[in-house]
Amino acid sequence: MNLTLRIWRQADAADRGSLHTYEVSGISQDMSFLEMLDVLNEQLNANGEEPIAFDSDCREGICGTCSLMINGEPHGPEVTTTCQLHMRSFKDGETITIEPWRASAFPVIKDLVVDRGAFDRIIQSGGFISANTGSAPEANSVPVPRDKAMRAFNVATCIGCGACVAACPNGSASLFLGAKITHLGELPQGQPERWDRVVDMVGQHDYEGFGGCTNIGECAAACPKEIPLDVISQLNKDLRTAMKHGH
Amino acid sequence: MPDTTLTSDRSHDEPSPGQYDDAAGYYTLGDPIVDTKAPQGPIADRWQTRKFEARLVNPANRRKLSIIIVGTGLAGGAAAATLGEAGYNVKSFCYQDSARRAHSIAAQGGINAAKNYKEDGDSVHRLFYDTVKGGDYRSRESNVYRLAEVSVNIIDQCVAQGVPFAREYGGLLDNRSFGGVQVSRTFYARGQTGQQLLIGAYQAMQRQVAAGTVEEFTRHEMLEVIVADGRARGIIARNMVTGEIETHLADVVVLASGGYGNVFFLSTNAMGSNVTAAWRAHRKGAYMANPCYTQIHPTCIPVSGDHQSKLTLMSESLRNDGRIWVPKKKEDCTKDPRDIPEEDRDYYLERIYPSFGNLVPRDIASRQAKNMCDEGRGVGPMVGDFRRGVYLDFKDAIERLGEDAVREKYDNLFDMYERITGENPYEVPMRIYPAVHYVMGGLWVDYDLQSTIPGLFVTGEANFSDHGANRLGASALMQGLADGYFVLPHTIRDYLADGPFDKIDESHEAVVEARKSVEDRIQKFLSINGTRSVDSYHKELGHIMWEYCGMERTAEGLRKAIDMIRELKADFWSNLKVLGSADTLNQSLEKAGRVADFIELGELMCIDALNRRESCGGHFRAESQTEDGEALRHDDEFAYVAAWEFTEGDEPPILHKEDLVYTAIEMKQRSYK
Repeated sequence: MNLTLRIWRQADAADRGSLHTYEVSGISQDMSFLEMLDVLNEQLNANGEEPIAFDSDCREGICGTCSLMINGEPHGPEVTTTCQLHMRSFKDGETITIEPWRASAFPVIKDLVVDRGAFDRIIQSGGFISANTGSAPEANSVPVPRDKAMRAFNVATCIGCGACVAACPNGSASLFLGAKITHLGELPQGQPERWDRVVDMVGQHDYEGFGGCTNIGECAAACPKEIPLDVISQLNKDLRTAMKHGH
Repeated sequence: MPDTTLTSDRSHDEPSPGQYDDAAGYYTLGDPIVDTKAPQGPIADRWQTRKFEARLVNPANRRKLSIIIVGTGLAGGAAAATLGEAGYNVKSFCYQDSARRAHSIAAQGGINAAKNYKEDGDSVHRLFYDTVKGGDYRSRESNVYRLAEVSVNIIDQCVAQGVPFAREYGGLLDNRSFGGVQVSRTFYARGQTGQQLLIGAYQAMQRQVAAGTVEEFTRHEMLEVIVADGRARGIIARNMVTGEIETHLADVVVLASGGYGNVFFLSTNAMGSNVTAAWRAHRKGAYMANPCYTQIHPTCIPVSGDHQSKLTLMSESLRNDGRIWVPKKKEDCTKDPRDIPEEDRDYYLERIYPSFGNLVPRDIASRQAKNMCDEGRGVGPMVGDFRRGVYLDFKDAIERLGEDAVREKYDNLFDMYERITGENPYEVPMRIYPAVHYVMGGLWVDYDLQSTIPGLFVTGEANFSDHGANRLGASALMQGLADGYFVLPHTIRDYLADGPFDKIDESHEAVVEARKSVEDRIQKFLSINGTRSVDSYHKELGHIMWEYCGMERTAEGLRKAIDMIRELKADFWSNLKVLGSADTLNQSLEKAGRVADFIELGELMCIDALNRRESCGGHFRAESQTEDGEALRHDDEFAYVAAWEFTEGDEPPILHKEDLVYTAIEMKQRSYK
């Protein structure tokens, strides 16, 4: 395959940045999208142009590091991570536009790399269960109904990639937030801190500059782990309950 | 039930390997290591004894003590959470943009624990026994027993943190069984156990960040360890965003920096996984133990072409239901597998190892897959001269359990396979081939997880101690969390009881020297201005390592590899091309440092492999096999840990041997037939 790539280049956070056009040829359908960029980078390096900086690590769809807007969609046209997107999803001769995540709470560091530290700070504000090491009760002493465990697992699969934020016209991280609130809120172990958790996490979310949720649903549509939209309903419900009880 | 046979029963007419020293001239022999600091006495009491004897640090004094932890995977994240919670000042470093992205997150299958919830004969002793046997009697008995002992607490801890393990209908925890064992002791969260355990450790750590006991440094790469007055006292790290070279000092340093499988270029490791933290420590005096012990994972998606940047494994748990086969006839290899009748299929693992069948340990499953492909019965596309693939077939499982049940068990794994290969595994058998997955070698540590540099502790995959020459499935997660949550916090307090140590500052000679060496190296990479990219060197190194120091090795091949690596190293330092500058994010520069260290490590791995003229665990020395082609160990010659000391200049490395002594378990030749 031969492709035309329009890629966002930005030297650092202070730079304005712009789209640059590159041609690549000899791309095989079996390559992942990132392997295609590896090919381009080898080409750039050989020509004396600095390779394009982009984030990736596990390249098996689980670490959540990769973060590209491809033709305006986070992770591109398939419901998956960029590292698991393969070139068979594109056509020979196509022009592909590649940009970094778009959100003011995710400032660009360089080229396609953004800073998602805000997600860590949201977790620090309450996205955990306070269990000190070494004194946990016997694991089977608290049974967890299977459906609750399944629900908790299904939303705990969030990889924290930030695609939900990049997809949202408001730049809201409500899906990320809702996934964690739901994961911990479904489990008996998560109950004691449940109401404080939701208030603190929502407060941090807003403080970081993420926008509010207006139920557009682009987040769930873009989520590579298919976190369902109803975690946001759960988030709102928990928040209302918490407020009602004066948390 | 078949079991192992005593080594003295083995029948082979080969001369004793004692008369060989394949690696003569490539190393010098140093003093043996005699004391590993493991307590004496009955094995079941040793850890309790050590914990009791380890001195205490009172809570008020903990605030005065500082700990650096490099790496935020299961071992590093768990240690940061636990030590922060205990009240020490912890500084945590990772090269990723968030601690949550460490590669432990990619582990799929599960975590072992001797809970005996199934009442199927499991116990701490049996988990210990299976692990030592599975490691081909090349791990340390005391360490492995401790691992089995604390495994029970790990599950309790993780459940308390909200890790959503699989449950049965009654709400209790579910288990499954994994390769190499005959009991169900593996706890899992679908095919994403590593992710859930890591998120648990990460959240516990973030809680401490909020509490102010842990300070995080993400996008920071450790490039040097500071050894002052004989103790590890800090690190030099590069801020990967600004390029700033930073000095961080502390009372003690912990490396939890993972494994070095990326020395092979293609592996299941994350792209950024590297050996630099460990290798820099090795160059400063920490011994590197058993570097040639590489685990090859049997169920990986085969390579599709030259562009390949990494390999993706399919969880070993698939072997519970999938049946592995190749066509009996070579001419069938290009056929649609669905058109090959049952009588023309060779379910070779079930044939050769009837009692374990598809659940034989990883090294055996891997080697047999290679044998089938070497015989010309591999399937899938031609890569080089071979078809490198065997079938992993779910047809029978789908017939037996129904497609829905199979989907519920393995859903995400099947989806991932389809995404990568473009084939639907519910309809066509999966294709798998072995790939580099995990390294059992690593920095040498004593029973306290302390390296040969005082004050430098090493945990998880970065150390060598628990897995021997092969690692059973679901035991890596167990070790990472055991070290981080339950072992290190006790042993490190004994060390810290002597602290705080004399204050040192940036003007200390050791700091100045470490900083200068980092800065000089970076300048060197940027100034060579040659013609070849870092990746091209990495790929070439990987080819050499896989070809000559992979699953099967010969003395001749290893010697050749050493020469090739030495040439590659010379070329690297004269012909490398790294563009950009040092004072911004520069991914080529980061890779250059890592590949430089991989090249040196690769040479040591080959020397270690050359020295070890026996087949055991993940490696098969062609010179050492039984009449029917099975791996043949030589306990009389090689029941030792090879701990290598770094030497400057052209001096060969120094080999220190630590004898492996088994008192609670009898050394036997492994057999799964």
